[in-house]
Amino acid sequence: MPGAFNWLAQLASITRFSLLTIPERKGACAAAAFGIGGVVAVLVGTLSIAQGFRQAMMASGSPDAAIVMRSGSDTEMVSFLGPESVRIVADAPGVARTAAGPLASSELFVIINLPKRDTGTDANVPIRGVSRMAFQVRDDVRLIAGRRFVPGRNEVIVGRGAAQEFVGLDVGSRLRVGRNEWRVVGLFTAKGGLAESEIWTDSPGLQTAYQRGTSYQSVFVRLASPDAFDEFRDALLRDPRLNVKVVRQAEYYAQQSRTMVNLITGLGSIIAGLMGLGAVFGALNTMYSAVSARTREIATLRALGFGSGPVVMSVLFESLLLALAGGAVGAAGAYFAFDGFRAATMNFQSFSQVAFAFAVTPRLLGMGLAYALLIGLVGGLFPAIRAARLPVAAALREN
Amino acid sequence: MSVAESTLVQVQAVEKFYRRGSETVHVLEGIDLGVRAGEFLALMGPSGSGKSTLLNLLGGLDRPTKGTIEIGGERMDHLPDRPLAAWRARHIGFVFQFYNLLPVLTAERNVELPLLLTPLSRAERKRRVAIALAIVGLAHRAKHFPRQLSGGEQQRAGIARAIVTDPTLLLCDEPTGDLDRKAGDEVLNLLQALSRDHGKTVIMVTHDPHASARATRTVFLYKGQIVTEMPK
Ligand SMILES: Nc1ncnc2c1ncn2[C@@H]1O[C@H](COP(=O)(O)OP(=O)(O)OP(=O)(O)O)[C@@H](O)[C@H]1O
Ligand SMILES: [Mg+2]
Repeated sequence: MPGAFNWLAQLASITRFSLLTIPERKGACAAAAFGIGGVVAVLVGTLSIAQGFRQAMMASGSPDAAIVMRSGSDTEMVSFLGPESVRIVADAPGVARTAAGPLASSELFVIINLPKRDTGTDANVPIRGVSRMAFQVRDDVRLIAGRRFVPGRNEVIVGRGAAQEFVGLDVGSRLRVGRNEWRVVGLFTAKGGLAESEIWTDSPGLQTAYQRGTSYQSVFVRLASPDAFDEFRDALLRDPRLNVKVVRQAEYYAQQSRTMVNLITGLGSIIAGLMGLGAVFGALNTMYSAVSARTREIATLRALGFGSGPVVMSVLFESLLLALAGGAVGAAGAYFAFDGFRAATMNFQSFSQVAFAFAVTPRLLGMGLAYALLIGLVGGLFPAIRAARLPVAAALREN
Repeated sequence: MSVAESTLVQVQAVEKFYRRGSETVHVLEGIDLGVRAGEFLALMGPSGSGKSTLLNLLGGLDRPTKGTIEIGGERMDHLPDRPLAAWRARHIGFVFQFYNLLPVLTAERNVELPLLLTPLSRAERKRRVAIALAIVGLAHRAKHFPRQLSGGEQQRAGIARAIVTDPTLLLCDEPTGDLDRKAGDEVLNLLQALSRDHGKTVIMVTHDPHASARATRTVFLYKGQIVTEMPK
């Protein structure tokens, strides 16, 4: 007798019989599937937060841009660069140049407190002082309302994320912080990047407002090409007058996002793990009752000569199918509910708010479905083994 | 044909114990039984005397604790699970007291079940199912689901399922136990005809003297042993 074929044929028929009985058990099956769907939705949802956050951070870095900070600084917050250093950096080889001068922006980074729109409580917002060249260095910045600030006139422009998140950042309004007052004259986007969470003004104005003299915290440069980075970095590191570190912009933002991404991913995984445990019990319960409701049927099939292997596999298969159906619903739900959902959260490296959109990527959907299948597998395994171990003679007595 | 050749079932010194907690329950003790091909054997005895247990041993659903069982000259009592299942599919047709039809399948699909274990083509399966249903007089009910059939009709579908593979041995555990007299008689007529006209070997457990009267021979079980006559 053709062994493997026969085995598969048995599996196919037993699985078909058990699937045919699903309508009689639709309540329990739907409950188990939806339980698994909920878990997948939560998993995909939380991971989409981390994903969106990472994307927002990554979008802030273009390959031909670099950041220079004082050596040993992990963030701009703790960096310090004197006027001499800033000049040397701007003149270094590898920096792109225009007729107006090198594409380098010497910047300051100050955290201020503003009330949030949704809670009314204060949260940190970064205000960045930039140089004349900043808009060419970061060419993804686009004004969508108003105009650019005029240096020396205490004017600011506001990133879209910051404007959505905080009270009093609309174009035309006045921004009072301590003894300082700025006028909001423009609103900008930065392709979803980190700058959208910031307020920008001119460096000299910010130096005056916060008594920074002529010091800066970072220099943002645009390189002649992405390949010019090594030349640029080596020149700066070799220069005895400087004590700086040089990183690609994308790399810097990726580092910035790491803590947050890990935190969200960790929390999401713990929640999804706990819920997954619950869903496993749901699936176990459903499959155990499916097996016990079908004890006599299974025993009958076994008496007729069907093997225990196909019985095991059919129970597992059914469990996986329920899990897959639930998982697909959950993943689709997460996609429609969360993808593109805008939010803001704390960036723990700079202690300021970052605005970003949840991103439900195909990879996350795949992970969600894989997790659903895992739950289905674990939930179906023990009932399947019970079904296979069923002593046929004794099970037939149960009438 | 010699006597040895015509002996289909040979049970020798079979014992069956069950362990229930610390005590051992002796369900069958020293059973010796020979059944000739074509016989219609009735197995009677009080409840708990071990009739179903013996039938399950003959059908390879369970294994004896001691002793040997040969069917068609082949010892099957010590086969491992997988070959034993294949052996059942090839040699045994079961008829159950409560029919044990799959409720989600039509009568013809139920009858087809054992054929799914064979390499027969779909057309050939269809042909054999039609024959089996015709033999039990249920051709007109082929497309009906079990819940749409009477008890007697369900049992006839059960018998069609048991004979569709043309098994060596038909094992029936109280096939009329759940039927009224008229439906029971129809089932008995059928079993009798299968034995007498089609040469089938049938072993039937029953409590009903009316049923055992149809058999060619009756064997009594009492407290796990075969006795010639029931003690009063
Ligand atoms: N799996 C088992 N475990 C323990 N005891 C069992 C098992 N199977 C059967 N028995 C016991 O063996 C004895 C005989 O059971 P069996 O079903 O063979 O009786 P029977 O003659 O068919 O009875 P009935 O006429 O009521 O169907 C009973 O006492 C029963 O409790
Ligand atoms: Mg019995």
